[in-house]
Amino acid sequence: MTPLRVIGVGNTARGDDGVGPAVVERLAAMDLPGVTLLCRDGEGTALMAAWDGAQRVYLVDAMRSGCVAGSVHRLDAARETVPADVFHYSSHAFGLAEAVELARALGELPPTTVIYGVTGADFGAGDRLSAPVSMALEALTERLAGELRDA
Amino acid sequence: MSDAGGTRTIEVDYIARVEGEGALYIRTEGDRVEDCQLRIFEPPRFFEGLLRGRAYTEAPDITARICGICPIAYIMSASHAMEDVAGVRVGGALRELRRLIYCGEWIESHVLHIYMLHLPDFLGYPDAVTLAKDRPETVRRALRLKKAGNSLMRCIGGREVHPVNLRVGGFYRAPSRAELDALVPELEWALGAALETVALVQTLDFPDFEADYEFMALRHPEEYPFNEGRLCSTGGVDVPVSRYDEVLSEAHLAHTTALQSRNAEGQPVMMGPMARYALNRDRLTPRARRAADDAGLGEACRNPFRSIVVRAVEVVFALEEALRIIRAYEPPADACVPVGPTAGTGYGATEAPRGICYHRYRTDGDGIIRDAKIVAPTSVNQARIEADLRALVEPNLALDDTALQALCEQAIRNYDPCISCSTHFLDLRLERR
Repeated sequence: MTPLRVIGVGNTARGDDGVGPAVVERLAAMDLPGVTLLCRDGEGTALMAAWDGAQRVYLVDAMRSGCVAGSVHRLDAARETVPADVFHYSSHAFGLAEAVELARALGELPPTTVIYGVTGADFGAGDRLSAPVSMALEALTERLAGELRDA
Repeated sequence: MSDAGGTRTIEVDYIARVEGEGALYIRTEGDRVEDCQLRIFEPPRFFEGLLRGRAYTEAPDITARICGICPIAYIMSASHAMEDVAGVRVGGALRELRRLIYCGEWIESHVLHIYMLHLPDFLGYPDAVTLAKDRPETVRRALRLKKAGNSLMRCIGGREVHPVNLRVGGFYRAPSRAELDALVPELEWALGAALETVALVQTLDFPDFEADYEFMALRHPEEYPFNEGRLCSTGGVDVPVSRYDEVLSEAHLAHTTALQSRNAEGQPVMMGPMARYALNRDRLTPRARRAADDAGLGEACRNPFRSIVVRAVEVVFALEEALRIIRAYEPPADACVPVGPTAGTGYGATEAPRGICYHRYRTDGDGIIRDAKIVAPTSVNQARIEADLRALVEPNLALDDTALQALCEQAIRNYDPCISCSTHFLDLRLERR
């Protein structure tokens, strides 16, 4: 795995939770040398293994927030605490937020750790993204690709 | 919380480091506990209702979604129940693969609870992240151990959470020898780390508390139980799992959305690692039994705070068992035994990390589920947790509210309760009068 990684976090069978993997799928179709693209379901230890040894990691995950569906938030996890109630994952409360904080405590958080959070509308069964999240997908992919090319 | 006129209440509105959402309310008057309620307020999920009208083949995958940490327990109990309806027995390498993936679930679930959820209580940390700052090597060991369990889940089940490769009758695809052999070096490391875990947790400072438990677990003629065995208890129960409903009955209480189970005498029973150990110590591998002896567990452990030691011993066992199965593995000719639709009633009970996971289904001639009953171990342990808390609070009323609340939360975590599973569950209120 290269030192530059993108991890799409989520379940592709649960509506807007699949936005992270959907961004990774679009990035895979682009010419991005030196970038390792990964998808994970959000289990904390698997996420820590996925960014182990990376210098720069970009995570894309769906979130629940009070914002309008499809809105995108960029969080610099190397500088800010990740709010656990926004990136919710239930397996004994060890998900993305907890994995970032645990890695930070262990000194194992990549120097650049950026989380793109996309506010979802529908997390029901099915592999389709809601209209507002679909509409946000292209701009987010382009924005992330731009960051990766500049990295 | 108050301390006026001899009345004291402790309320915890949201219990941390447990799976799901629950609360605790305790009211004392003078030196007596008047009321103790473990309130499971997570809404019921109606799985038993939504299973009606679905095909018998769907039960394992649907019920797996009850829990992200013990999906194997649900898949296994549902599969065994459907095989029971059809009179099919799954043996040989398929049976061994089922035990192997169950090892993976025990390892990842127990390690998460031992290190991330329970150990901070004993060492005086609010959570695993704070623990990691002072003891990074301890937490690194935990993460690597959990990963070893995850690797078994992924290799056999297709992925760590909610595996997709299991079905009624066996699997969709059996792993190759090479795929399993590749796991051996890390599992060998993990066995050493598991023995170090027992050595670590046996030195913890345990509150002086014991109770006269009726332990209930499966017991098999030859094996430490995962998938099969008779329903047995230290109170003299020894019946096939098809008679589960005669042994334990469920009742709805106003303060909790999880049904509470009690035995024929109306008393609570304890399931999980301490129960399995008490009833199956002689079925442990010699090394796991030696680790238990060295840790001072004896024939049975009746101090629930020491359940962390029993869990650690079970991790040793699960790793030894996993290595045994892998070394002897010969891939089966078929990944699955055919199981057709049959009218009838079937029963399945397997040992989830927290205790017995019981399923009962009635299907029609087309294999459509007409009735389903699922009992998670946490809903059985719920009444026992309340009994522990009552017995624990009275001798400790001299503690201030903060210390007493911390002790109560630790006592609840002794059971590694899976609240999400049991809602078919923590915040604490203590009221002192």
